[in-house]
Amino acid sequence: MSGEKTLGVDIWRGGADGRYQSFEVPARENQTVLDVVTYVQRHLDSALAYRFACRVGVCGSCAMTVNGRPRWTCRTHVSRVAKAGRLTIAPLQNLPLIRDLVTDMTPFFDKWQRARGRFVPGEGPRDQLAPVPPDKPERAAASAAIECINCGVCYSACDVVAWRDDYLGPAALNRAWAAWNDVRDGDRTGILKAVSASGGCHNCHTHQSCAAHCPVSLNPTFSIAGLKRASIKAKLKGELAP
Amino acid sequence: MTPLSYLLQRGTAMIMVPLIVTHLIVIVMAVQGGLSAEEILGRTRGSAAWAGFYALFVLAAAVHAGIGLQTIAREWFSLSDRAAAIAGHLFMLALIGLGARAVYAVVWA
Ligand code: SF4
Ligand code: SF4
Ligand code: FES
Repeated sequence: MSGEKTLGVDIWRGGADGRYQSFEVPARENQTVLDVVTYVQRHLDSALAYRFACRVGVCGSCAMTVNGRPRWTCRTHVSRVAKAGRLTIAPLQNLPLIRDLVTDMTPFFDKWQRARGRFVPGEGPRDQLAPVPPDKPERAAASAAIECINCGVCYSACDVVAWRDDYLGPAALNRAWAAWNDVRDGDRTGILKAVSASGGCHNCHTHQSCAAHCPVSLNPTFSIAGLKRASIKAKLKGELAP
Repeated sequence: MTPLSYLLQRGTAMIMVPLIVTHLIVIVMAVQGGLSAEEILGRTRGSAAWAGFYALFVLAAAVHAGIGLQTIAREWFSLSDRAAAIAGHLFMLALIGLGARAVYAVVWA
């Protein structure tokens, strides 16, 4: 690459006991961190494992730790994050590492199920959909939390996830908050029970690292505060008893 | 942290806010007024109001600290929920014991 401007990049290789490997890639005017990783895989080392799908910030599969912070790499421009012309790219934190930049997302998605972030139909007949006016406060709260792309960035940024492995984490709790605000749900109290169990929403320290890092500007801290309020109310009314 | 311990920790924090403020104001007033230890004890001895004030303070502080330390034990020293709860409760009982001794000394002894 003589004469061409280059960018130095250190990429994590191997499993948890791996190490960084250094590469030189062409520096371009406009390039994303994912472009850099793809260049390395296509031209320098085809054994490099990483994950992506849409390349436009929709699928949530490309998150990695870039210069120490979790980011969606397909929408992160190198010029915005490179420090002194260098990049350090590692897998997401707080998830089991499979190899190189690929983590096992199973615990992350298992916790979505544990937080009961899914719709449970009510008793009513199927053809009778409850009307939910767009300006209803619950609808507004659900809308504010719903656009999550499941990228795991917040999960990787949360200290409480690092400290206690049963903590549900910001994304699953944010999802549970959206689900709880769906007034058509047949068992909303069930959601409050799920998020009040060991490892639930009351463990959140409200330090907002999740909100600061979420690439689509969601605020899981706010959602978790809502779950805390709702579950404490339910607790005082005796509704959380098993 | 369970909903109950969450509630207790927020509740005891709220109880302690006016108690701490009063405690500090009274200390400053007593020092400014040049009261000696003897004179202060003379006023607190036999006072049901001060006994109640500090008994509540000790209880709130003990519960609050017990829960907080339980969380720290769980998160920083990776104790199990159960072990952390035992450690937190023991600490709370110790604080209640020490605090009760202090209240006794100031009000009755
Ligand atoms: S606010 Fe709560 S969920 Fe978000 S990063 Fe902090 S502890 Fe984790
Ligand atoms: S809340 Fe934001 S950071 Fe967390 S998984 Fe969803 S999109 Fe990603
Ligand atoms: S590749 Fe789909 S969000 Fe980045």
